[in-house]
Amino acid sequence: MRAARISGDAIYRSVLGGAAAMVFLVVALIAYESVRGAGLSLRAFGLGFLTSTDWDPVAQKFGALPYVYGTLVSSAIALVLALPLGIGSAVYLAELAPRRVGSIVSFVIELLAAIPSIVYGVWGFFVLAPFLRTWIEPWLIAHLGFLPLFRGFPFGIGMLNAGIILSVMVVPTIVSISREVLLSTPRSLREAALALGATRSEAIGVALDAAKPGILGAVILALGRALGETMAVTMVIGNTNRISPSLLDPGASMASIIANEFTEATSPLYISALIEIALVLFAITIVVNGAARALVHWTTGGRRPAAAGV
Amino acid sequence: MTGTAVASLAPQSGHLKRRAILNRVVLAACYAAAAVVVLPLALILWHLIVMGASGLSLSFFLNMPKPVGELGGGMANAIVGTLILVGLGALVAVPIGVAAGIYLAESGRNQFASVVRYTAELLSGVPSIVVGVATYGLLVIPMGGFSALAGGVALSILMLPTIIRSTEEVVRLVPQSYREAALALGAPRWKVTQQVVVPAARAGIVTASMLAVARAAGETAPLLFTALGNRFWSVALTKPIASLPVFIFDYARAPYDDWNRQAWTGALVLVLLVTLISALLRLTVRRVATR
Repeated sequence: MRAARISGDAIYRSVLGGAAAMVFLVVALIAYESVRGAGLSLRAFGLGFLTSTDWDPVAQKFGALPYVYGTLVSSAIALVLALPLGIGSAVYLAELAPRRVGSIVSFVIELLAAIPSIVYGVWGFFVLAPFLRTWIEPWLIAHLGFLPLFRGFPFGIGMLNAGIILSVMVVPTIVSISREVLLSTPRSLREAALALGATRSEAIGVALDAAKPGILGAVILALGRALGETMAVTMVIGNTNRISPSLLDPGASMASIIANEFTEATSPLYISALIEIALVLFAITIVVNGAARALVHWTTGGRRPAAAGV
Repeated sequence: MTGTAVASLAPQSGHLKRRAILNRVVLAACYAAAAVVVLPLALILWHLIVMGASGLSLSFFLNMPKPVGELGGGMANAIVGTLILVGLGALVAVPIGVAAGIYLAESGRNQFASVVRYTAELLSGVPSIVVGVATYGLLVIPMGGFSALAGGVALSILMLPTIIRSTEEVVRLVPQSYREAALALGAPRWKVTQQVVVPAARAGIVTASMLAVARAAGETAPLLFTALGNRFWSVALTKPIASLPVFIFDYARAPYDDWNRQAWTGALVLVLLVTLISALLRLTVRRVATR
């Protein structure tokens, strides 16, 4: 009787544990396949792959620098825009909004995270691009054109558009986690600050200070999303293989070059170079996300926030 | 309101006045930030309806795509294709994900469990395009071609972390006293989990998994080199299959106004599909839960 009981538990546990172990298997297979597929390109170009700007399928020369550059620049624009907006909204939701309004706005922001990225792409391509082309970019060129950042021609599509779309896509991540982190800081921090005569915003500043590591984690998590985002960026970044200091110029990102050229890649080395880009992207996002998770986990004391799109 | 209290003291000192003004500015900036964050959602929904609704008709759902140059046509194959792909993905991801989630929730303090949890979180951060590339190497090449099956597997990998994580959260919510009561009655652990804890969490598990599944319906990148796409009617699992997101991608980039219009309609349908699945599920789950 007793023996049967123990074995029933053992079987049940091992079935569930086996399912849990599948997660390892999946991540291991993705890593293995990326390394294996990239082998040809790794051997042919070595580290020079990341510093070369040649991308010439005919001559069989491949270098990923323009795409690494595009990914980093578009993600940087996204963070610069999303950071103040996201933290401001989180403060509003956690500290200022009446409970009902707060929950409605939270819900709307979660909805933002549920919209498929291709839909953001369509919107960026048909709505945001013409808007930037006719209103924003000519103004930037006229008034800030002395900076190399805003020189050039108002294309509408390009780095700036990609960055703006990315910021819209990652802002829910920043908002929902920062809000959660803020709510988990002790009330007494604000009360103490207020009692010492601090204004409301100064008291919130004290709470923000306590929440800093968690918010940093949220931002890094958002960065991870932005780095790997594919479809929306592919539609609005312009897809040209060049490095330009101007944010108005078209470019390409690591994800967008894969999306655009993978099915057209004809030679084994070409495919392998694209897989190596995927491998680099995989490695970057693993590092970035690993760091972010650790930070969020550390500040919320293991209470995992129900973050949108995470 | 502290801001006003300080403001009333303001005339006494320039320093206080400056702080009071700064306070107002900072708080106003927070309100403004929330408004600016919500604005794009409103705009996107507005444009989806304005640009997409005119193309909504029965024929969009029932007809096949027309060749270039012929007006009209629909996305019947893409809609069916998306349902098949998502169904395949769910078939793979839901059993594994739910089982893993239950394991994580019920295993307590356990080294293996915390490593699995961390791996699942890492997996959720892997870009979907990378999942697509890996699936290409793991399934498309060995199978000798693009297929619905490969697309379904790619989607299942994206569903997995969300299902695991939300299942774990829901199962953890089941009161500890349920487990204790069942154990006190002499039930073995596995029966406690399977017959007491899981049924109590069932409604939550179903909603959580379906939300993950609905989210995957909008994924495009992992399908580009797995399911590929197909302009013709195909429901064969070993052949390339059309999907709504890939159709939208192709049609939006095409130089034909009519195709661009259809891309908007497709985007509207996709957003409706994703939100509709979630909404319907929440309703049925509520009914099950209250029974």
